[in-house]
Amino acid sequence: MRINPRIINKIVEMGLNIQAFFTVGILVVIVAIIFFKGFPYLNPEFIFAFPDDMGRHGGIFPSIVGTIQLALLSIVFATPLGVGTAIFLTEYTRESTFTKLIRFGVESLAGIPSILYGLFGFIFFVIKLKMGWSLLAGVLTMTIMILPTIIRTSEEAIRSVPRQLRIVSYSLSATKWETIKKVVIPAAAPGILTGIMLSVGRAVGETAAVIFTMGSSLRLPLSLMDSGRTMAVHFYILAREGISMEKAYATALVLVLSILSINVLAYYVMHKAMSKYS
Amino acid sequence: MIEKSLLKERFVKLVLLLFALSSLLFLFLIFMFIFSEGSPLFLKVGLWKIISGSKWAPTKGFFGIFPMIISSFLVTFGALIIGAPMGLSCAIYLSEYSGKRMKMFLKPALELLAGIPSVVYGFLGVVYIVPLVRNYLGGSGFSLLSTSIILGVMILPTIISISFDALVSVPKTYREGSLAMGATKWQTIYKVILPSAKSGILASFILGMGRAIGETMAVIMIAGNALKIPGSILDPLRTLTGNIALELSYASGDHRLALFSTGVVLMVIIMVLNYVANFGINRKIVK
Repeated sequence: MRINPRIINKIVEMGLNIQAFFTVGILVVIVAIIFFKGFPYLNPEFIFAFPDDMGRHGGIFPSIVGTIQLALLSIVFATPLGVGTAIFLTEYTRESTFTKLIRFGVESLAGIPSILYGLFGFIFFVIKLKMGWSLLAGVLTMTIMILPTIIRTSEEAIRSVPRQLRIVSYSLSATKWETIKKVVIPAAAPGILTGIMLSVGRAVGETAAVIFTMGSSLRLPLSLMDSGRTMAVHFYILAREGISMEKAYATALVLVLSILSINVLAYYVMHKAMSKYS
Repeated sequence: MIEKSLLKERFVKLVLLLFALSSLLFLFLIFMFIFSEGSPLFLKVGLWKIISGSKWAPTKGFFGIFPMIISSFLVTFGALIIGAPMGLSCAIYLSEYSGKRMKMFLKPALELLAGIPSVVYGFLGVVYIVPLVRNYLGGSGFSLLSTSIILGVMILPTIISISFDALVSVPKTYREGSLAMGATKWQTIYKVILPSAKSGILASFILGMGRAIGETMAVIMIAGNALKIPGSILDPLRTLTGNIALELSYASGDHRLALFSTGVVLMVIIMVLNYVANFGINRKIVK
């Protein structure tokens, strides 16, 4: 028996429709579970108080500070490196074996799983360079880890800056670097910013690479050589060691909300930037 | 004056060159340190004995990681069985069926799935998926099946976004040609678009595999971490990544070296997967 292709067409369309919404449904369910389970335990004290008894009581203030320190310092290091690389790849070279080699390096870095970054950061920064479990070791490891994201988004942003802007700048007798600094980078800024924000989101949510480099001390890190604990690491320890389900859910809520809002903002900025030149 | 600005231009170019080289330097450092820590044990105990040995008791001199290699591949294929059909159908829906406004809502929403940290996936797996498997299918619930389900969801964003790119890059004329011959939309997708986007779609699966095999925190929370090859999908297992993460914080001496050897094996697998995937993506562009 041969089924009418039009009927198959309809069935498939319906199936794909359901499938797509099912997948978005997963996201909605995850966020909803975290929200409803965590919200009752979320209060100012939870945000601003120090944890007590391994986190069984009190708040998560040190881990919030630790997370912010890790994320901000990582982008401070990674942004000049990443944007610089992107500028070099787009403005200073033609496609050649050399740029292919650099791209290969960037792609490879992007493909390395976080546990191997953790392993590397542990042996190189923590042990060989004798930093110990410290904010600095965490920041340096994370810098390398987010570098590919920043390079790729910056490169895309710089490439999408119209040629005419550069030509006008040159015609006003600006040098190459002046053109890049005063014309190209400002025009590409929203795209670059998107990459930076996505990297912040990544640093906030990372666990495997952070726990073996920054450690998991519950104290507030006051210097670069202090160990500290990010929210993701704190959440992992609360959940895995069964310390407190309530605190785990509340921590997950703060964690997920911060990452989602950073990412939504990032996509918004990208969307704005894309509509500018298209 | 002109001299000075020329000098500055050269200086800037040099600095940017150094920045660009930093990625290669970091890659080199990562390779060098993981290999230099991981390879001594290969020489001392024997490469074959480590990758084919089935007993892991690093404090007693047994460094076999064969069950973990097999387990890593099992969860990866499990994740692919769940994630690949779901991801590909989402990508097809996004590129071929959804309207412009729908796409503007769906695509970022699906990308947000990638932003949820792996510890959160692991936690939800423990709280919801593990009991579900335990109550309805038996076993402890910490199993190959639970891990595959969670990893399957985690690799969705990778599969969706890369196969979406592959589908979108199929020239419009292909679609029009097929529709003009009286084919239905699905016939066009099935017989024209999917075959032309094949290499990109395969690349998305392979990158998804790379993501699944490298995933750590979610896996150690759900997999049960038992030290043998699972006999059924309801048995617990330990992956290469899990082995590193579980023991690194307290290991020392040969035990620590053995964890780096595990890292070397993982690194080699990931490199091969990424190489194959890039080959698929580049071939698509050349075509």
